[in-house]
Amino acid sequence: MSLKIFKINEALKEFVPSEIVDLEEKATWGNPKRGIWDLPYAKELVEEHSLCAGCPESLAFRYILASLPNPEDTIIINSTGCTSLVFPHIALHTVHSLFGNQNAIASGIKRTLEWRFPDKVKDVVVLAGDGATVDIGLECTLHSFFRQERITTICFDNEVYANTGGQESGLTVKGQIFKMAPKGKQWDKVPMWQLAIDSGCHYVARLTVSSPKRVEKVIKQAIYVAREVGPTYVHLYTPCILEIGLNSDDALEEMRGRDKERFKFFEYISEKAKEVIERKKQEGLI
Amino acid sequence: MQKTQQIKYNRAGQKVVSPEYLLFEAPRQKQFMTGSEVVKEAVKRASVDASVSYPITPQSEAAHLIGELWAEGYVGVYFRGESEFSVMSQLAGCSMAGGRAITTTSGPGTLRAMENFPMWAGSRLPLQLVLMARGVNSPLTIQPDNLEVSFLLDTGCMIWHAETAQELFDMILAGFVVAEQPDVHVPLITVIDGFFISHTREAVMLPPDDIALPPYNPYISPIPPIDMEMPPGRFLRDPFVMKSNYTSYATHASWQFEVRAAIERSRPYIRKYLKGLVEEFGDPEGEILFIASGTAAAQAKEATQMLIHDEGIKARVLRLKTVRPFPAKEIEEAVKGVKYVFIPEFNVVGWLEREVRNVLYGKTNVPIIGSPKVAGGMTMPPEIIVEEVLRILGKEVKHVP
Repeated sequence: MSLKIFKINEALKEFVPSEIVDLEEKATWGNPKRGIWDLPYAKELVEEHSLCAGCPESLAFRYILASLPNPEDTIIINSTGCTSLVFPHIALHTVHSLFGNQNAIASGIKRTLEWRFPDKVKDVVVLAGDGATVDIGLECTLHSFFRQERITTICFDNEVYANTGGQESGLTVKGQIFKMAPKGKQWDKVPMWQLAIDSGCHYVARLTVSSPKRVEKVIKQAIYVAREVGPTYVHLYTPCILEIGLNSDDALEEMRGRDKERFKFFEYISEKAKEVIERKKQEGLI
Repeated sequence: MQKTQQIKYNRAGQKVVSPEYLLFEAPRQKQFMTGSEVVKEAVKRASVDASVSYPITPQSEAAHLIGELWAEGYVGVYFRGESEFSVMSQLAGCSMAGGRAITTTSGPGTLRAMENFPMWAGSRLPLQLVLMARGVNSPLTIQPDNLEVSFLLDTGCMIWHAETAQELFDMILAGFVVAEQPDVHVPLITVIDGFFISHTREAVMLPPDDIALPPYNPYISPIPPIDMEMPPGRFLRDPFVMKSNYTSYATHASWQFEVRAAIERSRPYIRKYLKGLVEEFGDPEGEILFIASGTAAAQAKEATQMLIHDEGIKARVLRLKTVRPFPAKEIEEAVKGVKYVFIPEFNVVGWLEREVRNVLYGKTNVPIIGSPKVAGGMTMPPEIIVEEVLRILGKEVKHVP
């Protein structure tokens, strides 16, 4: 998108809602060095959200949207779940189509945008929950990796189907009691980060969203590598405080606890990805 | 000031011509081709941006041939998806991103992909699916049958049914033109009866291949393309269908009706580019009326000739070119003065019979006979249609030994 396009007609400006005017005047467009440090000062790309109070997904949304290096040419594909409630509040072109087909939609969009705009960089980012990414959408997710689609896939892993009322998912840990697992889950959490590596992703990271700076770095690396090399995968722990019985202000402590165990920071970088990340660091973009 | 004529070319280097010129005015040459080959010839002249494929009999060859067009530079994006569900989503992505997109499928693939079709319609994507019907696995079948059309009737997509390879060629081209009208802008499923049309050769008249349809312009779409070339204002203050919001509910509900209304708005364009929603054949005074589409209509035409010439029975055919929009008015008009309506079909459920009965309910006393029906790969020789008519009329059956 040309930055000149996003100009509100002066004659109409007084009638346009202030949050839209703010998007023109105070949002950070056209600056690849934008990041989480802009959050207190600049207009965010997500307005008020419709998630539960204290939900770590809302933190993840803010950090990710603040970290996109090229928001004026970034398309986000989402899926059904808690995250889909937030998308209409985001000031980017976003798609919700079906539950689990997000990586298929993203593949079609990315390839067609490359065909239509051969001289422009259009980043395509998938952002979906664990049910969408690993259960119902696993076929679409993995095949987009096999095909080496140049997209970034971000999984919000809350280890449960939260939006439908707390049912076991493939990413629930073994033994956890949830609806549809009244005796506790009978098998292990799917190691999706490992499947992503084995399926051809060039950059894979697993982390909680307890550290905004780390989220920013990971997202920027994932997007730059996807742009030039091939698929990248980011696995974020965003616990459902409601379903695991925590208070609104407990989420950060929960994530810090998991930082030391099953969500200990893990990163895989292929040789080709290393080259891109090094170059972007030298350019001061990471 | 003298007008200068600007000649435009598409990205494949073909001269861009008007749909009217391509469909009705350009000189045509006779070729001898299968339905699958005809799909390639139509796509070649349609300035197509994207196609995604998946193997299933009998549509595989058409999908291969679109791939060849990609290799030759006539199609921008082409790859094999991992299942029909994924393919129809990938194709939706291609269309959302502002591309003109087409794919093909058959039988069980249609049902595997099913969740996508209402999403295509609700997203107002002017995609085209060429459905080479083969029936669905109940149990396994790869024989000619068009049962899957029954499942597609209420997806919010337009459905057209071609009788011949020639008509398939013209429908694919006209299909993009009609589906992409800003006041229509819904998907199109172009049906042919698999094997009968896909795998048999017939004479077709084709315009030259160095001319093509104007490329798709996504910026006249009723829904902005997902390409970040337009300002990304927050589209909605509240999500659709979410959490006790009456405006959202009302919007979603009215959208369901709007998609159907969009199909209705295609009628004038279909009259222009397909020369009508129906074709009439046979004796205009015919008191035996066949209502049929696709290959069943072709067989009904044969039977009509036999009834007129061999039995002295006045008969005619109302062949439906479109099933969505459904030509209800044309059917109401056609049954006036008729003694019997016969609806021959290549499927076990009689979806066309149900549709016809639905629109004629309370409007006529003419008996509607939903036969002959064949399914699961049976053929429908015109003799069995004639036999059925003679039997109902209480006449001696001579044709069938």
